[in-house]
Amino acid sequence: MSWDQMAPLLADAFGQTMYMVLSAMVVGGVFGLIMGIGLYVSRAGNLMASRTTFAIINVAVNIVRPIPFIIFITAIAPLTDLVVGRRIGIGAVTFAMCVMTSFVFARIVEQNLVTIDPGVIEAARAMGASPWRIIRTVLIPEALTPLILGYTFLFIGVLDMSAMAGYLGGGGLGDFAIVYGYQQYDWRVTYGVVLIIIVIAQLVQLLGNTLARRMQRR
Amino acid sequence: MPAMTSTTDRTDPTAGPGVSAGEPIIRFGDATKVFRSGGEVRAVDGVTLDILAGEIFGVIGYSGAGKSTLVRLINALEIATSGTVEVDGTVLTGLGESRLRPVRSRIGMIFQQFNLMSSRTVASNVAYPLRVAGWPREKRAARVAELLEFVGISDKARAYPARLSGGQKQRVGIARALAANPRILLADESTSALDPETTQEVLALLRRVNRELGITVVIITHEMDVVRTTCDRVAVMEHGKVVEVGDVYRVFAEPGHDVTRRFVATALRDRPSSDVVARLRARHAGRIVTVGVDEAAGSSARLTRTLRAHGVDGTVVYGGITEVAERPYGSLTFELVGDEAAVEAAVDEFRSYTDLVDLGTAAAPREVPSVVRPRDDQAPDGDAHPGGTGEGSVGRPDRRGPDSGPLGGTGTNR
Ligand SMILES: Nc1ncnc2c1ncn2[C@@H]1O[C@H](COP(=O)(O)OP(=O)(O)OP(=O)(O)O)[C@@H](O)[C@H]1O
Ligand SMILES: [Mg+2]
Repeated sequence: MSWDQMAPLLADAFGQTMYMVLSAMVVGGVFGLIMGIGLYVSRAGNLMASRTTFAIINVAVNIVRPIPFIIFITAIAPLTDLVVGRRIGIGAVTFAMCVMTSFVFARIVEQNLVTIDPGVIEAARAMGASPWRIIRTVLIPEALTPLILGYTFLFIGVLDMSAMAGYLGGGGLGDFAIVYGYQQYDWRVTYGVVLIIIVIAQLVQLLGNTLARRMQRR
Repeated sequence: MPAMTSTTDRTDPTAGPGVSAGEPIIRFGDATKVFRSGGEVRAVDGVTLDILAGEIFGVIGYSGAGKSTLVRLINALEIATSGTVEVDGTVLTGLGESRLRPVRSRIGMIFQQFNLMSSRTVASNVAYPLRVAGWPREKRAARVAELLEFVGISDKARAYPARLSGGQKQRVGIARALAANPRILLADESTSALDPETTQEVLALLRRVNRELGITVVIITHEMDVVRTTCDRVAVMEHGKVVEVGDVYRVFAEPGHDVTRRFVATALRDRPSSDVVARLRARHAGRIVTVGVDEAAGSSARLTRTLRAHGVDGTVVYGGITEVAERPYGSLTFELVGDEAAVEAAVDEFRSYTDLVDLGTAAAPREVPSVVRPRDDQAPDGDAHPGGTGEGSVGRPDRRGPDSGPLGGTGTNR
């Protein structure tokens, strides 16, 4: 295949990857943050301690997180069908990615919140701040630097998940590398795509590090 | 600082009725806090105690005595398991979390580890309680400037806490605690992470807070020196119970509990130990006596007059006078040299108005174990000083009791 034929296909694949990855980062970011904060505050002795809430989120995270994504996609197919209306295609893959990303990020968020000095939260409580206010004005700002780094770390995992999309006809760069590179014995294509992925990952890491450094004015 | 003194400028509409100075502002009624995690810990065990508006109240005790838990009951960071806690006219027991929040915002708190938010500047940290209390932006800025000026760190307003020294951090902590015009300031080991000099500065600031702003200050500490220099009254805690409470001067002069005596001994280092006595005897051949110096009994001027009247040379060889609750307190150890009868007469006159421990002379030593050995862990009677009879050497125990006065405080004779 010539470069002229391949270029538009590569552009499509790039677009599909970006669509999947950014959707998962946004949706998974929001839900992961909520679940992670939920995990943290509901833990015994914390701001909104609740045995049941903690147990539910904790068990869910522990069950979902270790499942390899390729298996996870098929495992939640019935749910995907219910929500997206299809079991294959980019929509189905994106849905599965959003769910998995939420659970992965939840744990990252929780682990970063644990590093906050409990004394600072206690001080805010002593000043009469409500739990909701403490979450917004103490927890998140105090853990912002590690949260940004954790979110950046998450991006690489999500990029990795998107490579599996080919199995469900989701397209994307991973699929492109396999179909037009690996299966055609065209190593230039394979390595070309790998290079693109590396560049994306590098750029995002750079962005994350820069942002984190900006936040860390202490 | 005109505006800082305006404690009546309370914008908080939920402010309580307000107890006037000298009346109880914090009342514990048989308050008990039990922690149940694994075992059962009675962190606060049946405490009944009044803290008066306008005073600096100390809570002292060893680690685990329940001091922190007791003060955390005041701002409802812990809720009493049983009994009552009343703050500024509001009974906290039984109030829901959302009703407790306005009470908390009227009580300032400072901490051993300062607990400043590292992501906010000094000014933003101080403004935080004002945001919580819903102050409008313009009023916040003015208030923050005023507070930073009061604690003396106006130049650090835009710095982040990580750039500050411990003393500066605690000043920020104090400014933050005072921001919303509290009537009560709780200080939990607020100087324990600071060096001695900075400790004095922070304690001086707390005294200013108390005096200039009329704020009731509750200081938790395990250092009797903090109580000695700063507090008006003190409660001594052990195993969740308040074992002794009273005027600081009174507690120093007549500690009624072993724990108290041990704490007093740590703050008063003016009594010679048996080692010191041995060295004093080696250096000084004359009659050695230790006499108490305090406001009620003997001022050092009076001691000097006595010596002069009897023509006895008195050299201070040990001891010192310090302040307890801002009144002179201590003991001096003299070597008395002169005619034997004159020395005896001077000693008798000392005894007539203050406590005295007669250590005898190097040739004929005497010793009173209860006074000369403030600690339990010292050599048993007679070991260090064979020949010490101790007979007749206690200074007028009949007058104020063996535990009273500057010399009696550290005895272990119970
Ligand atoms: N949240 C808690 N859960 C269980 N036990 C607790 C809790 N807080 C305090 N305790 C226990 O209650 C007792 C009193 O603790 P507290 O912190 O009040 O002591 P303290 O006098 O302030 O000691 P320190 O000088 O070490 O600060 C201790 O035995 C402690 O282990
Ligand atoms: Mg404590």
